[in-house]
Amino acid sequence: MFNKRVKSRIFFLSFFFFIAVLIIFFTLKTLEDNVVYFLSPTEIHNKSDISFNKKIRVGGLVKMGSINKEDNKINFIITDLKNEIIVSYNGLVPNLFLEGKGVVAEGKLNDKKYFLADKILAKHDENYMPPEVSKALEKSN
Amino acid sequence: MLKNFFPNKILSISNKFINGLVILMILVILVGLTYSLIISPEDYVQGDSVRIMYVHVPSSFMALGIFGFIGIGSIFNLIFKIKFMPLITKSLAPIGTIFTLISIVTGSLWGKPTWGIWWVWDARLTSMLILLLFYIVYIITWKFIENFEKANKISSVVGIIGLINLPVIKYSVDWWSTLHQPSSITLTSAPTIHHTMLIPLIIMFIGMIIYSLIVFLMKYKTELIKFKLSKNKNER
Repeated sequence: MFNKRVKSRIFFLSFFFFIAVLIIFFTLKTLEDNVVYFLSPTEIHNKSDISFNKKIRVGGLVKMGSINKEDNKINFIITDLKNEIIVSYNGLVPNLFLEGKGVVAEGKLNDKKYFLADKILAKHDENYMPPEVSKALEKSN
Repeated sequence: MLKNFFPNKILSISNKFINGLVILMILVILVGLTYSLIISPEDYVQGDSVRIMYVHVPSSFMALGIFGFIGIGSIFNLIFKIKFMPLITKSLAPIGTIFTLISIVTGSLWGKPTWGIWWVWDARLTSMLILLLFYIVYIITWKFIENFEKANKISSVVGIIGLINLPVIKYSVDWWSTLHQPSSITLTSAPTIHHTMLIPLIIMFIGMIIYSLIVFLMKYKTELIKFKLSKNKNER
């Protein structure tokens, strides 16, 4: 179908493309710890070589009824429905920081169950709906 | 057959339909903006900042889609050496760059009130920035390499390598934990966007496709004229 020169170019390009994909794949694989933006409480629980002096991020859902506010000090629990971690934070939180919603906390681990955060970010999920719909959903549940 | 037929066809389309397309685009964008900024409801947690999404999401789609065209065009370009293919991919690049910029800027504006931060180095945001760099490098190779054949080859290689970045962007939210939310619209399951919000999103998307088409036709025409002029100059 194709002449010889076109064939050799196809061969060369697919080889080049394949190698490039491999290089990028291995690079990303090696750097996975850095590519991942946050760890879940379960990942922290299972990780043996976790450092307590380095800044890390923990993410998950804010456990229902766990937010405890005193002046500027906020305590709450991040859960991934398997494991939990208590977070202590001093400062302002974003508007979307709510119970049952996603959250990412940046700071240091005190121990595997206690996290001292110095930054709180709200994580939004992929659901978009008007308030009436969300109320109706809550009712039906 | 394709070699001689295709580019002339683009030119005749351009001359015939461009005014109609401009009117159509203005209409679609007007309807889309009215729908997304006034008629559509606010979100149950984000409030009014959800309206940024109606520009952010379609621009991101366009940014990825156009680079997809450039990448695939580059492959054809290197293998089959279709005569006017480089001019097509070259004309597409600035449009994609603008959409990538719009996507990053609007995303940033949305991130501040929602996440509480303008920018984070998570996989989605970083890979999108890399896409912007690929666009810039692609345009620069065309701008700074004088020899057409040479510029064509190097930019095509940039386009092909950049192609690998596209699935990384698309699936970054599934492969790694990111601050950016996963896709609401997927091929496999029903969209998690309420239909009152999905409709304006689709209208805006159509508007942006028409806009890109118009800019592409205009840009392609100039590129073709420039190409022919430089060829005449060389022959003289």
